Amino acid sequence: MIVIDWIAAIGRYLREGIASVGFATRFFFNLLAVTPGAMRRPGLISEQTHFIGNYSLVIIIVSGLFVGMVLGLQGYITLTPYGAEQKLGQVVALSLVRELGPVVTALLFAGRAGTSLTAQIGLMKAGEQLSAMEMMAINPVQRVLAPRFWAGVIAMPVLATIFSAVGVLGGYLVGVKLIGVDEGAFWSQMQANVDVQADVMNGVIKSFVFGIAVTFTALFQGYHAQPTPEDVSRATTRTVVIASLMVWGLDFVMTAIMFNK
Amino acid sequence: MHRKSVDVWVGLFVLLGLAALLFLALKAGNMSTLSFGKTYLITAKFDNIGGLKPQAPLKSAGVVVGRVGDIKFDDKTFQALVTLELEAGYKFPKDSSLKILTAGLLGEQYIGIEAGGDTNNLVNGDRIARTQSATVLEDLINQFIYSKAAEGNKEESK
Repeated sequence: MIVIDWIAAIGRYLREGIASVGFATRFFFNLLAVTPGAMRRPGLISEQTHFIGNYSLVIIIVSGLFVGMVLGLQGYITLTPYGAEQKLGQVVALSLVRELGPVVTALLFAGRAGTSLTAQIGLMKAGEQLSAMEMMAINPVQRVLAPRFWAGVIAMPVLATIFSAVGVLGGYLVGVKLIGVDEGAFWSQMQANVDVQADVMNGVIKSFVFGIAVTFTALFQGYHAQPTPEDVSRATTRTVVIASLMVWGLDFVMTAIMFNK
Repeated sequence: MHRKSVDVWVGLFVLLGLAALLFLALKAGNMSTLSFGKTYLITAKFDNIGGLKPQAPLKSAGVVVGRVGDIKFDDKTFQALVTLELEAGYKFPKDSSLKILTAGLLGEQYIGIEAGGDTNNLVNGDRIARTQSATVLEDLINQFIYSKAAEGNKEESK
């Protein structure tokens, strides 16, 4: 009997897993389907971009600056034994533009903006505000979720680009101003080895994909949370965990595709 | 009024992102060194191009005068067929020669072009006949080891 229970449990997990993937896919296409309607009110998207993007600026800029400065220090320590500290600019810029910029921004974004989106949507659902909207023949997916989704998708690449740029400045501050790597070599090595198309643009594409993944996860968790205080708080946790795991997985796949030369 | 101030802040946010992208492209990236000017194409065959890559610089007297276009393999002569994009402003004699060089000991490879003495200049579609292959480090080490071994044999036979 125990064995049968055990096999049944495996079956149930599998069934629930497939069902939730299907659920999420339907929700995603639902979001895309109502997008033309949501685009007719750009004011809502702008308002949400202000909430998601502008308010995340401080943490993104501070984190970018410190990540860049630490890269400058560590890169210098690693490169000096080979007499290659001239390459510091390249190391800092490439690691930021290709990986750290998009990934760290996406993780911070999940913690800073994703959680607030989940909590907001979850509470609106728990307070039956979404049901009330439906009563008034307003589609809550179009009115509430789609503007937040597009705001996240717009804000994320902007934030990641700012993160990388500030990080390069941080690396410059530590490497050139503090340690004294030659300024000309720092910038010229960077320019000689960072390709606009292959590195900068691929980084932006990465952050765009992360923006979709993180914002969608946050909205999905909020919208499908049980309308109780416990489950809204659990949904917020799930947002961070699932969004972070998705970012790592997607990053690995995209890196493998983009930089496999 | 409130709506408008929000829009202004969002506009500033997006502009800040664009400024950051511009900074990455121009100051950190190679956008400023890419030339969008007119170019003319020259081909050349090399026995061995080593680690030469597309977009590598073509230099004369240390100055970048063009870039490597694409690199193909010619299965008739078993040589590498390299297309070079020279900037239209620079003219070189028809009998100029090409050399694959390395920047520093372990640096990137590039092509050096040395001007010849012909009075006619290269035009679009010309082929440069005189080329010198890349120096492969392993070959150098091999030659060194063989010559050392040969010296050793001589001494033993004495």
